[in-house]
Amino acid sequence: MLIKSASLIKENEVTPKKDYDKSRSIMSASRRQFLTQGSALVLATSFSPNTLWAGNKIEHYKKSNSPIKNELTPYELVTSYNNFYEFGTGKGDPAAHAHRLKARPWSVTVDGEVGKPGVYDLEDILKRQQLEERIYRLRCVEAWSMVVPWIGFSLAELIKQMEPTSKANYVEFTTLYDPDQMPGQKRRILKWPYVEGLRMDEAMHPLTLMATGLYGEEMPNQNGAPLRLIVPWKYGFKSIKSIVKIRLVEHQPTTSWNESARHEYGFYANVNPYVSHPRWSQSRERVIGAPLFTPKRKTEMFNGYGEQVASLYNGMNLKRFF
Amino acid sequence: MAKKRLTKQQLVVLKTFVFAACLMPFMFIIWETVFNQLGADPIQTLHFRTGDWALRFLFITLSMTPLQRFFHSPIPMRFRRMLGLFAFFYASLHVLVWLVLDQSLSMENMIKDVPQSPYIMVGLLAYFMLIPLAVTSTSGMMRLLGHSWFTLHKMIYPTALLGVLHFFWLTKLDYSEPIIYLSILLVLLGFRAALSRRGSSRRRISIVGLKNVFEKR
Repeated sequence: MLIKSASLIKENEVTPKKDYDKSRSIMSASRRQFLTQGSALVLATSFSPNTLWAGNKIEHYKKSNSPIKNELTPYELVTSYNNFYEFGTGKGDPAAHAHRLKARPWSVTVDGEVGKPGVYDLEDILKRQQLEERIYRLRCVEAWSMVVPWIGFSLAELIKQMEPTSKANYVEFTTLYDPDQMPGQKRRILKWPYVEGLRMDEAMHPLTLMATGLYGEEMPNQNGAPLRLIVPWKYGFKSIKSIVKIRLVEHQPTTSWNESARHEYGFYANVNPYVSHPRWSQSRERVIGAPLFTPKRKTEMFNGYGEQVASLYNGMNLKRFF
Repeated sequence: MAKKRLTKQQLVVLKTFVFAACLMPFMFIIWETVFNQLGADPIQTLHFRTGDWALRFLFITLSMTPLQRFFHSPIPMRFRRMLGLFAFFYASLHVLVWLVLDQSLSMENMIKDVPQSPYIMVGLLAYFMLIPLAVTSTSGMMRLLGHSWFTLHKMIYPTALLGVLHFFWLTKLDYSEPIIYLSILLVLLGFRAALSRRGSSRRRISIVGLKNVFEKR
């Protein structure tokens, strides 16, 4: 399934593998520092980038053979350029502050329209899943994109194990709320905790991933450890991080960005170059890690996954349900 | 009024120093660009760096009149033109980054992007309003335009407001930074409002300012 999906995405000029290798191996300490903390003049912080980045290796997972393998965004950029407002609104804030998050032990509450509600230890959930690598393009609503080798399992499998009732029409996900661990939550930028949702058929789609790692390692905190959603044909804000609760519900859940600006961030949030954000165009995207004078990339319908997911939206007016 | 006058030499030294200082952000941006220090999203970083400095220099320019009043000194006015031109310089860099890096100089891209992005329209409008101010900044132009020069250059107030609006409009959710910029601008504009309420005194300032400019030429 994955291999087929990935072949849809044309290879292009972005982030040659040699650059990725080079930057991983000989990146200087000062550059690391810079990338970790953006341009902020924070030099002495309580964490060392190494402890943050040297995540535990994930031993057993099925490797991906995706042809966009050679477009991978370097690890250092994937883990230093993040939107994770729970740690601050700056792109460097998550990498600078996410060491406060205690990603283990971790439990996930499962409830709502399910046959097996309960509080599950993450390790118990993972024991029952087949981990595999999925190389997806992540398209942010801010008009940039990166290509990330996620590791995770199919959300559909998890939902099946939860035994949904006939009234389960939507899935609602909730991020951890703990301002001590997530200092960004001390400011009411969004209504905490962060909530996202999918329609059941979207959640059951084989491309939809519950990710627990990237680049062969356990998920770095700033990327949404220990468990996050990846919905590759939707804007990044749909892919909720650090999930503590999964609820199956009858009615469309109220989601955070949609609630904060209804006319700007829709519930569906499918990547769509033909429907602009009210304040900016979505027709092209800046490719993270691309050399400065690279022209921006043309954004693809459904982020390039149209062949697999367009049928989910047959007959729907995507301008109205944006 | 305790008037401190500078000798011509002192003025030249001071102007050179200020000029070099105003170039520092530019040198820093060049350094970051050449040594690949712009971070993960270099186009965005360049947008923010140049845009921030354009606004900051607009504000520094706007604070010369208050400084003149506060210190009872004509010295700040001697730097107003240079500072204003630096605001224009950084605004031009900002537009250039947009034209070259963001739009790849493609008319097709621009036609698609601009109407969909109100903040770009506002930003461009502000830039177009700066152009006549930069063009008429020379002493010759000042002499030529006489009092209408002052009327024309009042356009810096709406321009600065549009610049801040541009910042607000492109911001996603966290408005803390644009709010800081707006507050500073409101203080600077409030100063002028307070002055103009005292009517005649403001007129005197303008004339004194103009006289000072001509005196030294």
